[in-house]
Amino acid sequence: MTKKFVRIDEAKCKGCNLCVSVCPKDKLISGKDTLNKAGYYAVTANDENICIGCLNCALMCPDGAISLYEE
Amino acid sequence: MNTLFEFTKGMKPDSTSYCPGCTHGIAHRLIMEALCERGDLGRAIGVAPIGCSIVSHNYMNVDMCESTHGRAPAIASGIKRVHPGNIVFTYQGDGDLASIGTGEIIHAAHRGEHITTFFINNAIYGMTGGQMAPTTFIGQKTTTTAEGRTEKANGKPLRMSEMIATVGGAAYVERVALNSPSGVRKAKKAVLRALDVQDRKEGFSFVEFLSTCPTNWGLDPVASIEWVNTDMIPYYPLGNFKGMEG
Repeated sequence: MTKKFVRIDEAKCKGCNLCVSVCPKDKLISGKDTLNKAGYYAVTANDENICIGCLNCALMCPDGAISLYEE
Repeated sequence: MNTLFEFTKGMKPDSTSYCPGCTHGIAHRLIMEALCERGDLGRAIGVAPIGCSIVSHNYMNVDMCESTHGRAPAIASGIKRVHPGNIVFTYQGDGDLASIGTGEIIHAAHRGEHITTFFINNAIYGMTGGQMAPTTFIGQKTTTTAEGRTEKANGKPLRMSEMIATVGGAAYVERVALNSPSGVRKAKKAVLRALDVQDRKEGFSFVEFLSTCPTNWGLDPVASIEWVNTDMIPYYPLGNFKGMEG
């Protein structure tokens, strides 16, 4: 079975959390501790939850910070 | 490893200067994805407006031209007439298109220019700091309507898609919303149809995107999306206004 995973470009993420709001599996977590270079709390992926590859997060990301792959 | 989704090559890889959660980024990406899929990156010419997206030429990986305020359709008309084989589009906000540029957009549609206009409606002037636009809602607080827009003083919000659809030269008019993943998918289809209409030389094509401006609305990005659903869509109904008959 293929495994899907999401990759977040932390440097480009502006922490708007639109991706977090549309993820059906709570795979994405709002950042809260470390700021990226631009001064935003970048979203991170939750390793415990699975990604189903629905692309919701990538479609809603205004900053092109999300890419998805399967292997 | 298979790729399910990667940022389109139609966009330059740099970060944009737009505020967090601003849907300009989504609209930019959709247009560039559509051009990329059609193989049109090399022959597309964009005309940028005055507004936040004045800098869109820094992000869209196609030839771009800057226009004076509201005059993007006039400039695009000229470009298209000189280069009829190219895909020419304008990307305009509501302050640009629905206010100072009303004359240009109506007459570009009226002449049936073979160009495509992408209209970003976020019900406010973004770049200049949140002033009332013609598309601002009754009761909406802006820096120029501190107590909220009133019909008596400022009239009712202007519905541009409905207006353009009444003009004879307009071949395709659709309003979409960047409010959800399904909304974004529908928006992409509308962009592709609009570009097809231009390619087939059927006339003027127009896609209106209901967008957000979290900074000037005073809402966080997720609440802004909700405001599109609860307030904007009831007044600005989604759907096709022209060009999908039969």
